[in-house]
Amino acid sequence: MAVDKNMKVLIVDDYKTMLRILRNLLRQLGFNNVEEASDGAQALQQIGQHKFGLIVSDWNMEPMTGIQLLREVRGNAETKHIPFIMVTAESKSENVIAAKEAGVSNYIVKPFNAETLKAKMVSVLGEF
Amino acid sequence: MAGGKGSSDLSQRLAAFKDKHGDTVRVDELGEFVGSLVDAATDDLLAADRKLFEEVEALALFIQSAKKEIAALRPDDVKDKFIPSATDELDAIIEATANATNEIMDAVEIVEGVMDAVEGTSADMLGDATTKIYEACTFQDITGQRITKVVKALKDIEARVDGLLGAFGDEIEKHASVAPKPGKKKKKGEITDEDLLEGPQLPSSAKNQAEIDALLASFE
Repeated sequence: MAVDKNMKVLIVDDYKTMLRILRNLLRQLGFNNVEEASDGAQALQQIGQHKFGLIVSDWNMEPMTGIQLLREVRGNAETKHIPFIMVTAESKSENVIAAKEAGVSNYIVKPFNAETLKAKMVSVLGEF
Repeated sequence: MAGGKGSSDLSQRLAAFKDKHGDTVRVDELGEFVGSLVDAATDDLLAADRKLFEEVEALALFIQSAKKEIAALRPDDVKDKFIPSATDELDAIIEATANATNEIMDAVEIVEGVMDAVEGTSADMLGDATTKIYEACTFQDITGQRITKVVKALKDIEARVDGLLGAFGDEIEKHASVAPKPGKKKKKGEITDEDLLEGPQLPSSAKNQAEIDALLASFE
């Protein structure tokens, strides 16, 4: 099935510059319908209000971290199907394992490039 | 402790007493023997006490010397001046790199805005270049996170130094008042070359170009 590039994408990061970088890279990939949140709690509010086709989230945020957000998303029947990509500087094996156990769809280590972002999105959403 | 020097001495004394007096002993002889045992034990205890006092005295001198050395390091300066100054500088780095990154992205977005007017290979090359600039801008996020970790470590050190100062109480203050601050001695009001080498100022205390110009103009 073709990927709908008009789907809503939620990007979550506590660094405004990273949100802007992600938004720009997603726009270059053809995804213009992007919403932002600065931590997991704010992201959950957005998820309650909109239907998202993809969540791209940082890990290390306060008060709610990316892994907590992931567990909340996977624990809710309404949202558990949403593809979730973690984009983080946390690169220890334990982190990747914990994210996988929590149901992450894919994992990108910062710093990353547009090619990696696209490859992970394709692996999660399909070719676009 | 069983089998120690004391019990060995006692056994020898009892054996010698038995050799001399046999199994039947008069009360006055027994009293004399017990008296001699008590005198010997008292001498032993006095020697042990003296050694203990010497060790306690040495320990007190060591603690006193350690306090002076810690005071000479001016832990009050570390807590009140160096660590807050270092954390302020690091926060300023995060802010400066964030501002620079946003300005770079402002410029790239302008370039992207006019890219629609460009076609063919040139458009592709411009597209690739802007992507690479966005990728490079991720340095700010990583730098910011690393610096935040260092700031947290410094705050942890600050809390420990605070604990140390609290534990020593007035003692540190007493020694610190006679311990000279590190650095060259200088006359009151004197500005040394060292004072003029502070590097970039924090935005809150920096002069802007207009203020510098005004200051220069005031000499004319």
